[in-house]
Amino acid sequence: MKPFRIEEHPILDVPELELISFYFNGEKMQARKGEMISSALIASGINVFGHHHKDGSAQGIFCANGQCAKCTVIANGIAVKSCMTAVSPNMIVQSAEGLPKLAEDVEVEDFAPIEELECEVLIIGGGPAGLSAATELGKHNVDTLLIDDKTTLGGKLVLQTHKFFGSEEDSRAGTRGHDIGKILAENLKEYQSVKIWSNSTALFVFSDQKVGVLKDGIYKLIKPQRILNAAGAREKFLRFSGNKLARIYGAGAFQTLVNRDLVRPTERLFIIGGGNVGLIAGYHALQAGIKVVGLAEAMPECGGYKVHADKLRRFGVPIYTSHSILSANGDEVVKSVTITEVDKNFQAIAGTEKSFACDTILIAVGLDSLSEFTLEAEQAGVPVDSAGDALAIAEASSAMFNGKIAGLRLAKAIKGDQVEDIPQAWYEKAEVLKAHPGEIKDYQNLLDTNGVMPIIHCLQEIPCNPCTTVCPTNSIQTEDGSLMALPRYVGECIGCGKCLLICPGLAITLVDYRKDKAYPTVTIAYEIMNIPVKVGDRRILTDIDAQILGEYEVTAVTDYKKQRMQLVRFKVPADKARQVAGFRVQDLQHSLPLSEAIIPERMGDEAMVCLCERVTAGEVRALIKQGISDLNQIKAITRAGMGPCGAKTCEVLIKGLLKEEGIAPSEVVPNTKRPVFIEVPLGKFPRGDSK
Amino acid sequence: MKYDVIIIGGGSIGLPASLYLAEQGQKVLVIDLEHAPGQQNNKKAIGGVRATHSDFGKISVCRRSIEILKNWQAERGNDIGWMSNGYSYPAYRAEDAKALQDLMKIQHEYGLNIQWLSPEEYNELVPGITMDGLLGSTYSPEDGSCSPLLMTNAIYFAAMKAGVNFRFQEKVTALKTEAGKISEVVTDKGSYQADQVVNAAGNFAREIAAMVGEDLGVFPDNHEAGITEPVARFFGPMVVDMRKAPGSANFYFYQNSEGQVVFCITPDPPILGIDNRSTSEFLPLCSKRMIEIYPRLKNLKVRRTWRGQYPMTQDGFPIVGRSEKAQNLIHATGMCGQGFMLGPGMGELLSRICLDQLSKDDLRVLKSFDPQRDFKSEEIFK
Repeated sequence: MKPFRIEEHPILDVPELELISFYFNGEKMQARKGEMISSALIASGINVFGHHHKDGSAQGIFCANGQCAKCTVIANGIAVKSCMTAVSPNMIVQSAEGLPKLAEDVEVEDFAPIEELECEVLIIGGGPAGLSAATELGKHNVDTLLIDDKTTLGGKLVLQTHKFFGSEEDSRAGTRGHDIGKILAENLKEYQSVKIWSNSTALFVFSDQKVGVLKDGIYKLIKPQRILNAAGAREKFLRFSGNKLARIYGAGAFQTLVNRDLVRPTERLFIIGGGNVGLIAGYHALQAGIKVVGLAEAMPECGGYKVHADKLRRFGVPIYTSHSILSANGDEVVKSVTITEVDKNFQAIAGTEKSFACDTILIAVGLDSLSEFTLEAEQAGVPVDSAGDALAIAEASSAMFNGKIAGLRLAKAIKGDQVEDIPQAWYEKAEVLKAHPGEIKDYQNLLDTNGVMPIIHCLQEIPCNPCTTVCPTNSIQTEDGSLMALPRYVGECIGCGKCLLICPGLAITLVDYRKDKAYPTVTIAYEIMNIPVKVGDRRILTDIDAQILGEYEVTAVTDYKKQRMQLVRFKVPADKARQVAGFRVQDLQHSLPLSEAIIPERMGDEAMVCLCERVTAGEVRALIKQGISDLNQIKAITRAGMGPCGAKTCEVLIKGLLKEEGIAPSEVVPNTKRPVFIEVPLGKFPRGDSK
Repeated sequence: MKYDVIIIGGGSIGLPASLYLAEQGQKVLVIDLEHAPGQQNNKKAIGGVRATHSDFGKISVCRRSIEILKNWQAERGNDIGWMSNGYSYPAYRAEDAKALQDLMKIQHEYGLNIQWLSPEEYNELVPGITMDGLLGSTYSPEDGSCSPLLMTNAIYFAAMKAGVNFRFQEKVTALKTEAGKISEVVTDKGSYQADQVVNAAGNFAREIAAMVGEDLGVFPDNHEAGITEPVARFFGPMVVDMRKAPGSANFYFYQNSEGQVVFCITPDPPILGIDNRSTSEFLPLCSKRMIEIYPRLKNLKVRRTWRGQYPMTQDGFPIVGRSEKAQNLIHATGMCGQGFMLGPGMGELLSRICLDQLSKDDLRVLKSFDPQRDFKSEEIFK
């Protein structure tokens, strides 16, 4: 089982393996104690969990978040979502082949009454926005209940092993995401008025203003005066040939497996989407010992931060801009991916197809706000705010800040004038933090070749400045002092390296001329220590665009245990020293295309738009051509959207098809949203806490 | 252009009526509030279709519906998910058993296939049903079910092919009359003329009738329903528990052709009005009763719930026939939650009303649906 477990990780602590046994299709396997069935299976090299009842195609992990049902297995006779069900000792797990059988023997039980509670504010979601809001509410002694569907608070912060952008003061820039989650959750403990329910899923805001919540499997009804929707976002999926194969999933699932459960679900990963999510997932993959074969982005430039893209490139991961996925190839599971260059209208350019061997495809093509709870609350007449990704898709730094604003706004709504007004500056800061990357500028023209100085390879305006606040001599400042502007070296560097260690983009190097002007020492920040670097090793140094500058010897490696980083030093000729941005860690041979591109026989229309019900693009397109633009009618005819995920995946894809067929978005009638948010066994509803 | 027939409402009744009229060569216009067919209460039907009612009218119309639905795929090609899975009314109280058995006598007189099963026989059809106190059950194997969503769209496409015109997202605002007849149907987007007008407006039938000065006793009340994940087939018929419990009257569930269990409960007292929002009461109430009668259901995951209305009449029978205020207005409404099962048969009947082709049996059927009846009798077997 070892190849599929992460046994060393540069950032994450790997706990002692405490193993329990279970059986999958009769074969004895081992799981980490407390681990979800899905992760235990993947750790044992099992990636196909069953076969779909409609077309017999393979099913496996998809959302890893309890939202879909593609990972369904039969555990001790009952069909369960394997990503949400922990392995119990000697559990009998079977793959779900076709429709599951409903268990026959069940005990009749008593139904204890359902607990009903009131609170002033209910926060749905314990990620950066929800936790920040709760903190403000706690400060003002507002009776608050925060619920989160995971066992650990922090939302997606829990999965983020990289350092965050933003400013140290407002969003803990330079601190790793999972540490921020811990800090925020820990800080909340001091506020008596804030109650926290983890492992609690909101199911619906009902018309009688009660919110149904499943807490540790027990159904409860909450009646809040106000609701804050901080439930985050969901990932978009893509329409391409072969998109129903097993081992295609989003960054959320990938990071859950790798960074939460420490399993290695893939050996060769290909990433679609060059936003921050895709770029960071690539970086996390490298840290998990996974080969990242390549990354394709349909736009001419990656939408994510340039520093992230630069970093990935110089580590040796090719980024194909103006490229889109044409097909996933394989019988049951992914064996390879074919990408194609696209023109400015995103149409494939024939003859540019390239295929790469890979076992997993990660789709990171954007997020959609999770707006259900807001709409439900509005319909029920409960005053509702939203914050974080549920409000607008942005970085976690922005979510923390607008969560804080929402918290204060709610405190004011409940407590009235005794709560201070929200400072205007907060709104301004919130705008900056959610800003998209700005202009790309040139390197600073530093003429001095004496002493030591930082070379700042951060050339795109992003809302981030910890390098300016960490510098003990105040030698780095942004151009106009704002968070967005580029950091520039303006003073007296002492070569302490703090800016290297805090920069989330690993975009600062130090060039030290003090000992040798002709061969200055270049210091590079490094945090992929699973690929070890030691003195005497020769490494290929590259510039910001991943162009090779030559192979040089490592002269020193310094550990910074607290930061979980290393500073790696090279001696480089003076004419190249300032160009050095990093060194390669992944050999180019891992990302070579196959000698011949694999081009699917039938293009496009057999791609699935609804994976749950196996509805193809062709079926839906035929209806659109007959003039149907009501998603409810498309659903009625094809069942697209009637599956277990509750139209969470297909809606965007069908809207895309409608757009392609020339239907204006204003003419499209959206799906009607109904309870419940996730599928729940009927037996949970009549039963309160029987204890 | 003048139409032969304008149908107000493209739902359970209006759609089949439009199809059969168009297939008889009539120029038909359907006007509907919504963006697509069947988007009011038709799509909220759970899909059960039975002929085993208690009176000649509903029995005859639903029997014809079953024939149409059963043969739809063979005759017209589309799969509508029809299953002859039957209906069952298990009895746990002596008075229920007696009422059901008394009714069976009437049903047998009408030639319906309905039988009484022993608890053991019933347990074979619905394995794992609560046997404690079970006295037996009716079983009518020729009743069945199909997907309202598929059926409605199948009819819609057939109607389009037959030349029916549809005006969606259009609301009828006035019915102009001249010499005791509707001369013009006015909407928020235009006005139309036709020889005859059918009021198949479901929830809004009363408002439509009021446009010609008629007070039609159709009052919607709210019902909630739900559907589960699909599982391999584990029981056969629709199960109707006719007992009352605090908060609810009867409730029923069946496993559809996809393997999903669809369920619905009748609130008691009724919740009048139109409110499609979901309440927090429905799932605890309905799931409790379902699990009590059928414990196996507890591990079945509920996927979605929704709320719709039964356009009720005072006596529980539909209102079908000519208006007393406008002689070219035909009401076809107040289906009391049975619009989907009555629909296909009712559509044919409406075409015969419009075309003046009523048979002796039709006249007998229409007697119990007469808009001018006294509404004092009581449907004993809703």
